[in-house]
Amino acid sequence: MDEVLLSVRGLRTEFVTRDGVFAAVRDVSFELRRGEKLGIVGESGSGKSALALSIVGLIEPPGRVVAGEVELNGRRISGLPDRQLQLVRGKEVGLIFQDPMAALDPVKSIGDQIVEGIRRHRRHLGRREARRLAIELLREVQVPFAERRLADYPHQYSGGMRQRVMIAIALANEPDLIIADEPTTALDVTTQAQVLDLLDRLVSERRTAIILITHNLGIVAEFCDSVHVMYAGRFVERTTVEQLFRAQAHPYTEALLRSVPRPDRLQRGPLPSIPGFPPSLAHLPPGCSFAPRCPAAQEICRDRAPATVELVSESTPVLAECHFARERLRT
Amino acid sequence: MSRDQASLLQVEALEKRFVIRRGPWSRPLVIRAVDGVSFQVARGETFGLVGESGCGKSTLARCLLRLIEPTAGRVIFDGVDLGRLRPPEMRALRRRMQIVFQDPFASLDPRMSIAQIVEEPLFVHGIGSREERQAQVDATLELVGIEATYRDRRPHELSGGQRQRIAIARALVLRPELVVLDEPISALDVSIQAQVLNLLRDLQEQLGLTYVFIVHDLAIAEYFCDRLAVLYLGAVMELAGREELFRRPLHPYTNALLSGVPIPEPGRRRRQGRIILEGEVPVLTDHRGCRFRSRCPVGKDRERCAEVEPRLEERGPGHRVACHFPGELVTARP
Repeated sequence: MDEVLLSVRGLRTEFVTRDGVFAAVRDVSFELRRGEKLGIVGESGSGKSALALSIVGLIEPPGRVVAGEVELNGRRISGLPDRQLQLVRGKEVGLIFQDPMAALDPVKSIGDQIVEGIRRHRRHLGRREARRLAIELLREVQVPFAERRLADYPHQYSGGMRQRVMIAIALANEPDLIIADEPTTALDVTTQAQVLDLLDRLVSERRTAIILITHNLGIVAEFCDSVHVMYAGRFVERTTVEQLFRAQAHPYTEALLRSVPRPDRLQRGPLPSIPGFPPSLAHLPPGCSFAPRCPAAQEICRDRAPATVELVSESTPVLAECHFARERLRT
Repeated sequence: MSRDQASLLQVEALEKRFVIRRGPWSRPLVIRAVDGVSFQVARGETFGLVGESGCGKSTLARCLLRLIEPTAGRVIFDGVDLGRLRPPEMRALRRRMQIVFQDPFASLDPRMSIAQIVEEPLFVHGIGSREERQAQVDATLELVGIEATYRDRRPHELSGGQRQRIAIARALVLRPELVVLDEPISALDVSIQAQVLNLLRDLQEQLGLTYVFIVHDLAIAEYFCDRLAVLYLGAVMELAGREELFRRPLHPYTNALLSGVPIPEPGRRRRQGRIILEGEVPVLTDHRGCRFRSRCPVGKDRERCAEVEPRLEERGPGHRVACHFPGELVTARP
């Protein structure tokens, strides 16, 4: 098994607003190995983007990381001064966000932005050399006519092409870890297939580890090795992709899987939907955060927050936060 | 299918061109957003329009309701050619055809209360007394599963799913026959999408609605539509019943689209293989031959595809395809 690349322990992120304190990430711990493709699944407001930003120190006020540690390559990066964190981002960690238009500078040419990204971390490289590298990167992410398109501005690129530029920038310094937050959500299926294909190649060629944040279970099934299901700021289930789709230890995972129409299966009856909506992170229920929507909730679920249950199902480890996880997997 | 009594909506050779002038001296650029689209929708049916962004599906939807004026072609609603109607007649007919937009955050006026939003169409069409309108609003809110206690709230107090229910209520308060649904669930969370889809289906049964459903998510299209048209660059590439289209897709573009949908079952796609299209949707101006050719794994280098634009032809019962080599590209489907 590959060595541990990223280790997150007891990470907690809060947003202080007029309406109260929102705990977007609630004491989350996990490890990621080299070459691992981890999917983090959750709906909007589950805290998955806040988690990604917290890991790389990009949480902005009124948000704040209030507890926890992040270690990358055996070095503690949480709590580092901003200047040093900037060196970590872009060099050791590449970031890809959902909306490339917001992440790219509209008044700088694509070429300048990539070159800047390269030279920030490799001062010894001359502009010429960096430019050559930029062209190579654009070719690698399959931007046609890379050399000519270097001088273009972001608005001259289509959505899919911009996303490729983001990936090129994320890859520029051969990071060990890529965090991709909904990288294909704004793209069409044919472009999405191209982008996932590209990320997949990176992992197999460079042993890059990827954290892929998505709400699309199909993408998780096709792309990831392991998966963490996030609900109300916690990982409620953690296991391998194979195991997750075989049997679900947490009722939320099960409900989520069932509420998605399967493209390969014709079905006509009503879709099983999850009643209600996710709880407010400022006013969490006292017991299990999913209890108000859970079809199997008992008294204990409403009174007491479940601890993490460690299980093994078909020789695969499963971690779940449900009072009945053990019974659920046994049946 | 010939023109029959049962069809509520007939679209014939519909075209919408946009002319872009880039400067006073440059030649104007003509974009064919909708380029000769024909189909019919039967009463009580859900007809899906699928395709990638830029394929013209939203422009087409707006042409159907004459929210924008088509450049050529006809839209016939219940036997009436909309293009021949004068504005007051068109306004009267709009009662019978409504639209629900994608983004419930943008489509609801933040200053109005829920009751005002739902009442507005009745008010605009001068329907009923104040009391009658209120009763109709209450009945419609109940229909979409919004409790009466929400009447006086504003949109920002509601969740995305609740807002979309309000947008649906606003469309249904006039008791239309045809509802155009323009990506009604794509801005919603997964767990909420299922709720809204179920609601739309219940409403269709209860009220006998006919839907034109615009969607880019093929899994949802397959789940929800009875018949579908696949659009590419403003034209129909393939048109068929749901089972036909998803079980026996004949156009290479449909095949590529279907193979791009991630399947929530590990290992399955690897076994089935995937067609990855090269490039992206180009902007169509003037063209020759097949409009899909530049990305087509089948016809890219074929002379016929370069020279002759394929017509939409019947290749099976109710199954029409615009391709010179239909069915040549096949991915295994269960």
